[in-house]
Amino acid sequence: MNDDSLRFLLFGRLNAQAFPFVRAWQNPNISELIGALAGALVVVGALALVALLTWKRWWRPLFRDWLTSLDHKKIGIMYIVIAGVMLSRALVEAVLMRAQQSLAVDAPGIVAPEHFAQLFSTHGTIMIFFMAMPFLTGLINYVVPLQIGARDVAFPLLNSISLMLTAGGASLVMISLAVGEFSTGGWSGYPPYTGKVFQPGVGPDYWIWAITLSSLGTTFSGINFVATIYKKRCPGMHLTCMPLFCWTALCTSILMIFAMPPLTLATALLALDRYLDFHFFTNDLGGNMMNYVNLFWLFGHPEVYILILPAFGVYSEVISAFSSKELYGYKSLAAATMVIGVLSFTVWLHHFFTMGQSADVNAFFGVATMTIAIPTGVKIYDWIWTMFRGEVRFTAPMLFSLAFIVTFVLGGLSGILLAIPPIDFVVHNTVFLVAHFHNVLIPGLLYGMIAGYMYWFPKAFGFRLSEVWGRIAFGFWVSGFYLAFMPLYVLGLGGMARRSQALFEPDYRPWLLIAIVGAFLLLAGLVSLFVQLWVSVRDREASRVPVGDPWDARSLEWSVSAPPPEYNFAIIPQVDRLDPFYWLKERKEAYRPARRYDAIVMPRNSWVGPLVGLAGAVCAFGLVWHIWWLTILAFVGVWAPVVARSFVRDVHRTIPASEVEATDRRWLDCAQATRPVPRELETEPANLGLARPFPAQVPA
Amino acid sequence: MSGPQLQHAGLNLLDTDEMEPAEAALGLYGFWIFLMSDAILFALLFAIYGTQLTATAGAPGPAAEFKLGPAFIETLILLTSSLTFGLASIALKYDRGRTGLVAWLLVTLVLGIVFLGFELDDFRTMFSDGATPDRSGFLSAFFALVPTHGLHVAAGCIWIMVMLVQVAVLGLDARVKLNLLKLGLFWHFLDIIWIAIFTVVYLQGTLT
Repeated sequence: MNDDSLRFLLFGRLNAQAFPFVRAWQNPNISELIGALAGALVVVGALALVALLTWKRWWRPLFRDWLTSLDHKKIGIMYIVIAGVMLSRALVEAVLMRAQQSLAVDAPGIVAPEHFAQLFSTHGTIMIFFMAMPFLTGLINYVVPLQIGARDVAFPLLNSISLMLTAGGASLVMISLAVGEFSTGGWSGYPPYTGKVFQPGVGPDYWIWAITLSSLGTTFSGINFVATIYKKRCPGMHLTCMPLFCWTALCTSILMIFAMPPLTLATALLALDRYLDFHFFTNDLGGNMMNYVNLFWLFGHPEVYILILPAFGVYSEVISAFSSKELYGYKSLAAATMVIGVLSFTVWLHHFFTMGQSADVNAFFGVATMTIAIPTGVKIYDWIWTMFRGEVRFTAPMLFSLAFIVTFVLGGLSGILLAIPPIDFVVHNTVFLVAHFHNVLIPGLLYGMIAGYMYWFPKAFGFRLSEVWGRIAFGFWVSGFYLAFMPLYVLGLGGMARRSQALFEPDYRPWLLIAIVGAFLLLAGLVSLFVQLWVSVRDREASRVPVGDPWDARSLEWSVSAPPPEYNFAIIPQVDRLDPFYWLKERKEAYRPARRYDAIVMPRNSWVGPLVGLAGAVCAFGLVWHIWWLTILAFVGVWAPVVARSFVRDVHRTIPASEVEATDRRWLDCAQATRPVPRELETEPANLGLARPFPAQVPA
Repeated sequence: MSGPQLQHAGLNLLDTDEMEPAEAALGLYGFWIFLMSDAILFALLFAIYGTQLTATAGAPGPAAEFKLGPAFIETLILLTSSLTFGLASIALKYDRGRTGLVAWLLVTLVLGIVFLGFELDDFRTMFSDGATPDRSGFLSAFFALVPTHGLHVAAGCIWIMVMLVQVAVLGLDARVKLNLLKLGLFWHFLDIIWIAIFTVVYLQGTLT
């Protein structure tokens, strides 16, 4: 065996050139330096994290209280942490791309073409799979069991595995910054460009395996949430008594179960093309790239609704709570959600109107696409009517909800334009499309996630977020959005192709300069979210809400302490209508001790999730670099803990009734001793989480 | 309908069962949904196969490569293994001891392995004819669809082995029973997929 083959056996394709630092050393131009800086940030960030954990002696608590925990609340919070980290990276990338385009009118700019292509590929991949998906999965995880009166999700261990697979995929994308490179094929990864002929390097492989880990995790999450919502509702919680967020979570989960397999298959077949010379999507020997496009968008369009529906759920909760009214048209909202879910499977072809099908086929899918506007319109009117004659308070989550209504309608209108095939033929592949999908996803997903984060934060951590910084963040996110994306509509109509690294039309420049201002405002929005978090943690003593109902809200999650006990409910509640907690307060029956407390059985912590996630990520890394021994070892490492776990019988822990009773009575005593606050003072320090009953019920 | 209320779709253990009915219902419900997701994966593989039928690109096509004889034998073996798993389930539900259960599981396992042997032999013949997946879109689709089913059967065989060890080590406690019920669903599911493969791939390939 010669040296080369030994090196390949040990390290696969990995060599010094894989490291951006080496590349920047050999070829120190600004583009490589930016790449090296980004890689260095990953390395330094990881080292700093290790140092912090060691210095503060947080390793043990990190594993004991968080990583091995099967508590749906902690898993939900960890999902949102992942989303926050990945959002930061992808937003910085967006700013870099905007900077490049605003500088690169008849000039080279700062980022080389190859590098620019990686930027838009990672930006899209991260924003969809590692920001949006973890964020909404985190919120669903945290909120749904509490809202339906359950102690946990249906399969707590599977939940932990899902989280860790997602984390593994996210780490793989981060590692690609410091080792190797990422795909240049965009977030949708169309072959044959992502095939072996055009991209023989590791880029598309990183993309494939990161997506695969994430989509497996998402499939399991979908199964878990559906089983939870169908089977774990508390007595009396009929489907039509569920808060609307649960409806949207249910619909999103069903979509996950049906829509993730096409993606898993598309990436798996692309991997077969790349690794074993199959011919699914190649140009020659009978490959057919249209199969990929159909598979990808068979996932991709329902995915849009996977992303948007939970945000719709958040808006429904937020608007109802901050208008102090029952949700207007509850049944129509639930029905509209399900109709959107069904229709989402009938429109995938509008993503490629220009790719050769007949006009009749295009017309069918164009009409189907426009049909979705009907249930969505129903929802918009329902939210507006919910506010009508309500006692509306303009808190930060409510402001985001209002910005959503206006902005999303605009984005929906440009969607109607794009749904008309002749118009799509003119503007397809321009930044008009980029403007459109940011115009629906930023209000339709991100604003909702931020609103949900601010709305439920006091429930999760026991203190409120700073209202002032919430408003500042709102100002930046909304003004930033309009300045960054409205110019893209103009540029798109002016014919500017999307994903352009260099531009040759001086007339574009003013619009691009407006857009970069918007991008910086959006970055300021992100920074103000972090400042808000920091300020709120610092001043937490002045904003504690131990009783747990700071917004005089209506559903069951507000009927327990903040933060809730591990088992959520000392006794499983019994409900008989929508908004059960509101009516309990109305009848002055809230905050009563149970007649009798029972012991509660909860799942013990488990190492299976972290081990599976780690082994999954290592296996993917081995596949990317063709390090076969590592791949095989890690693949065994994925399954070994799962099989071993099936032999373990001591998986539960019993919390004695006395402890449950003591905790519950302590909280009830606290509620007794707390002064209720009226709604208009809910953002003041006086708000300890006990709402003063409102004298008269406003008719719905 | 008379008799006790069913807790979940499929074979219910009911009165012979010491586990909480709600837990069994939940676990099996989740597994049904997982199978549904898996079924979609296979449906898409079939769809891809359909679109690639004519994409033979000069490489050997269906008529030349598919042998109805071995495929028919494989079908019989797998159908029989479904029957024997069914008998194992009945033994699980009605027998006092574990002997019947273990015996039928072993028979199922052997049948599964024999099936895989026949299938691998088919692939070996195809490879020696030069019908490899890198030759054409059609062969790619074939070698994605049929081996995916084969991998599922292999996974099922490993699962049977794990369950045999669990029955020996842990006895028939509630979780072992629950896992055996899930394994049963999985095994019959593979049988159904194979029937589709036999029809769509082998019958269509040899009879037209």
